[in-house]
Amino acid sequence: MSKYQVAVIGSGPGGYIAAIRCAQLGMKVAIIEKYDVLGGTCTNVGCIPSKALLDSSEHFHNAQKSFAEHGITHNDLSFDFSRMVQRKNGVVKANNDGIAFLMKKNKIDAYKGIGSFVSKNKIAITGSKGEKQEIEADKIVIATGSKPTQLPFIKVDKRRIITSTEALSLNEVPKHLVIIGGGIIGVELGSVYLRLGAKVTVVEYLDKIVPSMDEDISKELQRVLKKQGMEFLLSHKVSGAVVKDNSVTVTAENTKGEKVLIQGDYCLVAVGRVPYTDGLNLEAAGVVKDEKGRIAVNDHLETNIPGIYAVGDVVRGAMLAHKAEEEGVMLAEYIAGQKTHINYNLIPGVAYTWPEAASVGATENDLKAKGVAYKSGKFPFRALGRARASGDLDGFVKVLADKNTDEILGVHIIGARAADLIIEGVVAMEYRASAEDIARMSHPHPTYTEAFKEACLTATENRPLNT
Amino acid sequence: MTEVKVPALAESIAEVTLSKWLVKDGDYVELDQPLCEFETDKASQELPSPAAGVVKLIAADGDDLKIGALICNIDESAAKPATAVATDKAVVKKDVAPVETVAPKTEVKQEVSYATGNPSPAAKKILDEGGVKTTDVKGTGVKGRITKEDAIQAVRNKANMPAREAFSRGERREKLSRLRKTIAERLVYSKNSTAMLTTFNEVDMTAINKIREKYGDGFKKKNEVGLGMMSFFTKAVCLALEKFPAVNASIEENEVVYHDYADISIAVSTPKGLVVPVIRNAESLSLAGIEKKVKELAIKGRDGLLTMDEMTGGTFTISNGGVFGSLMSTPIINPPQVAILGMHKVQERPVVIDGQMVIRPMMYVALSYDHRIIDGKESVSFLVAVKDFLENPHKMLLGADPVDLLLEM
Repeated sequence: MSKYQVAVIGSGPGGYIAAIRCAQLGMKVAIIEKYDVLGGTCTNVGCIPSKALLDSSEHFHNAQKSFAEHGITHNDLSFDFSRMVQRKNGVVKANNDGIAFLMKKNKIDAYKGIGSFVSKNKIAITGSKGEKQEIEADKIVIATGSKPTQLPFIKVDKRRIITSTEALSLNEVPKHLVIIGGGIIGVELGSVYLRLGAKVTVVEYLDKIVPSMDEDISKELQRVLKKQGMEFLLSHKVSGAVVKDNSVTVTAENTKGEKVLIQGDYCLVAVGRVPYTDGLNLEAAGVVKDEKGRIAVNDHLETNIPGIYAVGDVVRGAMLAHKAEEEGVMLAEYIAGQKTHINYNLIPGVAYTWPEAASVGATENDLKAKGVAYKSGKFPFRALGRARASGDLDGFVKVLADKNTDEILGVHIIGARAADLIIEGVVAMEYRASAEDIARMSHPHPTYTEAFKEACLTATENRPLNT
Repeated sequence: MTEVKVPALAESIAEVTLSKWLVKDGDYVELDQPLCEFETDKASQELPSPAAGVVKLIAADGDDLKIGALICNIDESAAKPATAVATDKAVVKKDVAPVETVAPKTEVKQEVSYATGNPSPAAKKILDEGGVKTTDVKGTGVKGRITKEDAIQAVRNKANMPAREAFSRGERREKLSRLRKTIAERLVYSKNSTAMLTTFNEVDMTAINKIREKYGDGFKKKNEVGLGMMSFFTKAVCLALEKFPAVNASIEENEVVYHDYADISIAVSTPKGLVVPVIRNAESLSLAGIEKKVKELAIKGRDGLLTMDEMTGGTFTISNGGVFGSLMSTPIINPPQVAILGMHKVQERPVVIDGQMVIRPMMYVALSYDHRIIDGKESVSFLVAVKDFLENPHKMLLGADPVDLLLEM
């Protein structure tokens, strides 16, 4: 039986990064993956493929809607959806190969099969043909991630009623895509098909979309998406979905208690994700889960069983690839005796809609709830030369700062390139910068980053230079 | 080219130690920009530049230098580099007329903010692993943030600290500072060259405590300084010195010098060691005047800002070991003075008054004196007089019991 210092179950961003960092620190590492390819949800059915399709559809959308304004005309614009999906698959494969290369480079043994505990130091790996082998490890890291949440009253048939996984590999562009859930996954995938000509209706239980973000961002994103043609049914409680031939009818109830029927050809259930622990046989090791089905861990990501750890979506905290990666690094270093720390408050969240939305730190509602005295500085991209030059005028940067100390407490951006701009907020907050600190740093002109500086000026002394 | 020499800092000082250069060889210095720090027998002080120009260092850190020794040259013909303004840390000395060309002074003192002591992510990891608390690290980043370099330095410094494990037999050696060397020499000199002995008494602090309790707030409001014990003791000592001039005298070779003023040296503990600044003409000061002076000298002492003048002279010394909890001690005379009063901790003790045992706040006082010129009778009487004034503060008003005066007794 092969023996390792560390065995990682799951090869998503949490698992494979933990494996690499452990190997860098001199440990003998094994990684176990259920699927044929490495990379987990992020690489195969999450971040990467969705961004590939988002970018393809964005190009088409621009050609269709914005090129004329730039003086570019064309006849007979069309797209080949299968080519788009093919390209996406190519992007995914390149990433799969990249991770496989990294495993080899770091001398990490990759096992294909379902890993399950035999004891607290032993894992059985069952391959797709039922073949079994066992490995032993001093430390075991559970990085099995999450899967889309199912609603008890809707059966996902993966044909007409689908999850994000199927939505990334459809054979056709839906005519009318009904999306249950107005979170980040819902609006991103909705954007893809909206741009490719589908009618998209988002049915959301709450009274706002992307509820994890600042309310101003929710409102602005909804406004812009509505302008693009996305339809929203907010405060609607979905009660069921019925497939008949090639159509699906979603039933919901509005706030007045009236029954609403939405008929489309596809229904995407995007109501969040749940930790995935199937097949792990946690009982054999004695590892316990918390009340939400997550693997319970302490601040060092160690479970109730010493020597068994867990990272990423399968534990508490935001279900984000970059959060899982940070945990993977922290855990590997912790196992090596280092004292790494993650500031969970400063893990940014991003929605890759167009305009993009991104956020870090406290929202305005968080600060109100905590009773923190704060001030807010908001600056619209519309006022920037850069935004005018490219024609991306929607959105703003909003900076929330402590009223007394001027320390930046939250940054919320919606606009072109928000996903990349947010990192300035993260750096600023890691160093506990004040709004004035940022306002006094030179920002290149003309760039979208100027909006950050102007929002900080507004937060500090309400003296933006360009409005 | 201007030659910069060790200036005559005070009459009694023949040699200084150049403790630290504050500029680097080849730096452009502004007029009055501090060039280096001197440590003398009594204090450390900065040397302001006599000219603006490029500095060429001659003496080195740690050199012992005679007064008048050349320490550096300043080339005034050298052009001021463009960046000099940005890096200039010149602080114009109060007593020097500001020169127009001096660049706006930048704050040398680190600004403090909510982020002071906040470690960067990398710094935090290094400190955590090194077992160093962020509160023990001085951040050099913007507004006192702890940079990665600060963290590396702090962990390295910790590693260099003397080992504290059980049974360690490590030791370390440090050069005696000039101040410590001077203190040592003078104390030994005092012990060896005087006929020193100590007399004790005790003071019932009830009356003074009552005054401080009753008038303390009003005193503070009016004078912006607290009503402490120091003012009462200084006043009582001055009045007693008037009665016993020998205690206020000094010996110079074959002569006794009597002073018709009382310059009271007060011993102040500072981070660098004991210093003894002087309250001049203490006999003429009000209690508020004494308290203000004590506070001023204590703060200057703590910050290392006492000047040579402020520490020279003195006809009698008061030392308060009570602040550290001492119950009794035999202070050492500060030559050429001939006596020193030691104050101690106030402690509630049972005492017998009129045949009754009562609890009173008591303080032992000690007077060390040079028996060569002060007789036992004088020294004991002096200390009894001090005790009498302190226990009957109303007598301090006129230097005697008012009723005695009224009756011309």
